[in-house]
Amino acid sequence: MSPNHVQEIPTESASSSDKLNVELKVNRKTHKIQIDPRSTLLDVLREQLNLTGAKKGCDQGQCGACTVLADGKRVLSCLSLAVAQQGTEITTIEGLADGEQLHPMQSAFMECDGFQCGYCTPGQIISAVALMNESADAVPSHVTPDVLHAPGLADLSDEEIRERMSGNICRCGAYPNIVDAVKHARDAQSGNAAKTGKAGKK
Amino acid sequence: MKPFRYVQSSGVQDATRHVGGQAESVFFAGGTTLIDLMKIHVLQPSELVDVNQLPLSSIEVSDKSIRVGANVRNSELAWHVAIRERFPVLSEALLAGASTQIRNMATTAGNIMQKTRCPYYRDIASACNKRVPGSGCDAIEGYNKGQAVLGTSDHCIATFPSDMCTALAMLDVTVITARPDGSTRKIAFTDFHLLPGKTPERETVLEHGEMISHVELADTPSSRNSHYLKVRDRASYEFALASAAVGLELDGKTIKNARVGLGGIATKPWRSVEAERALIGKPANTDTYKAAAEAALASAKTYEHNAFKVPLAKRTLIEALEELMAQHQAKTK
Repeated sequence: MSPNHVQEIPTESASSSDKLNVELKVNRKTHKIQIDPRSTLLDVLREQLNLTGAKKGCDQGQCGACTVLADGKRVLSCLSLAVAQQGTEITTIEGLADGEQLHPMQSAFMECDGFQCGYCTPGQIISAVALMNESADAVPSHVTPDVLHAPGLADLSDEEIRERMSGNICRCGAYPNIVDAVKHARDAQSGNAAKTGKAGKK
Repeated sequence: MKPFRYVQSSGVQDATRHVGGQAESVFFAGGTTLIDLMKIHVLQPSELVDVNQLPLSSIEVSDKSIRVGANVRNSELAWHVAIRERFPVLSEALLAGASTQIRNMATTAGNIMQKTRCPYYRDIASACNKRVPGSGCDAIEGYNKGQAVLGTSDHCIATFPSDMCTALAMLDVTVITARPDGSTRKIAFTDFHLLPGKTPERETVLEHGEMISHVELADTPSSRNSHYLKVRDRASYEFALASAAVGLELDGKTIKNARVGLGGIATKPWRSVEAERALIGKPANTDTYKAAAEAALASAKTYEHNAFKVPLAKRTLIEALEELMAQHQAKTK
């Protein structure tokens, strides 16, 4: 599959009248494809675009293994209709790295051994990237004692990270290392920005 | 999934006419309930009318109310600074529900319209009056641990699962709808959902083709001093076994006004006027809260596996009130 141009993927079915022509933007590339209206974003990513990073865990919105970014926000691709995602910028785990340069969150998961079997990992990493972006705006979570005073990224406790990552299940139970990985990436980011500021806090 | 036609609507009236014109046509927004239930054949619409592109995504803040568009996502609503400041119970309730991924998808209107998690409703091999009217209810004599203890009938005991709606039930909320004939109407939130009675398949007062366009939240004396407490089988990403949404207006140590919503235990978003009556005019202390909890659950009817919900819901309400008062005292000191 050639990378940087619009891809036309022919329909395999004879009953093409049931199919819709759609344009999906995934990892900064536009794909012109024909899909069944019933196709979830997850199935189109995996079966038609050969992007098998996002995983089909439960296929009913309970495990988070299929998490992708839609216009920068984390969503479940298994509960998203592909046809309704036109005009949205989708980012999957395949779209995080910059060439051979891993995304800092990918490096952090490797550094901290934030996985065992690895099946949930793409969803965990995408979710953790979104967590960092959300927390930059100091938004509250369920465990924030006062919703009006939410912690910023640098002040996220382990409890806050666990709650904010609770939409991603890990059956191997790699949670402690996943929390470490998120903190590692967070500290790498905020450490660069505020090395002095951090030393000044508690 | 059964095949369906997908159409995008060009405007609110276009969407309502489209759905109104076809018996098996439905609105499609966040999809977190609809797509899930279509996959397991519980819902089998012939047409999905996508309303995501309609201009219903704004939160309009004014002095005495906040108007929320139907398409505002749960995360956006929970994180909005005016909601956090003026309706903390709503922000807390939203944040207690589902995961960030689902809250980023689920809409305000969709949350109001969400379906029960009753395992018999979700299993097409089971009898369920809500899914197939007249087929019976396998929950009443089945594994009914999660089922309701308030508002049930001999035809259905399914719990209404929403955290957000538990908060909306005790706030002053108006649902604004658009109808296929171009008219609009305003419905008090507490009148919006129906008790199951003999027709559990009818869950709201909406007519076919009628669409929620906005939800209006009016400030009340107790809405700023409000709190949500949810109890569940695990610490996160799980539906409530019991929850309480509480708001208190205080005159010194006396409760001047009170609002109470209960979740996880009722067949519709539950406002407990009985609990409120037991609180108003009384001193804000544990004895008063206990009396309110007794009043709230006085009409509870339990089944084989869910009797635990009665004491649990009482303790949840008492604890919610204690926590709210502790917060209040910390702030006013």
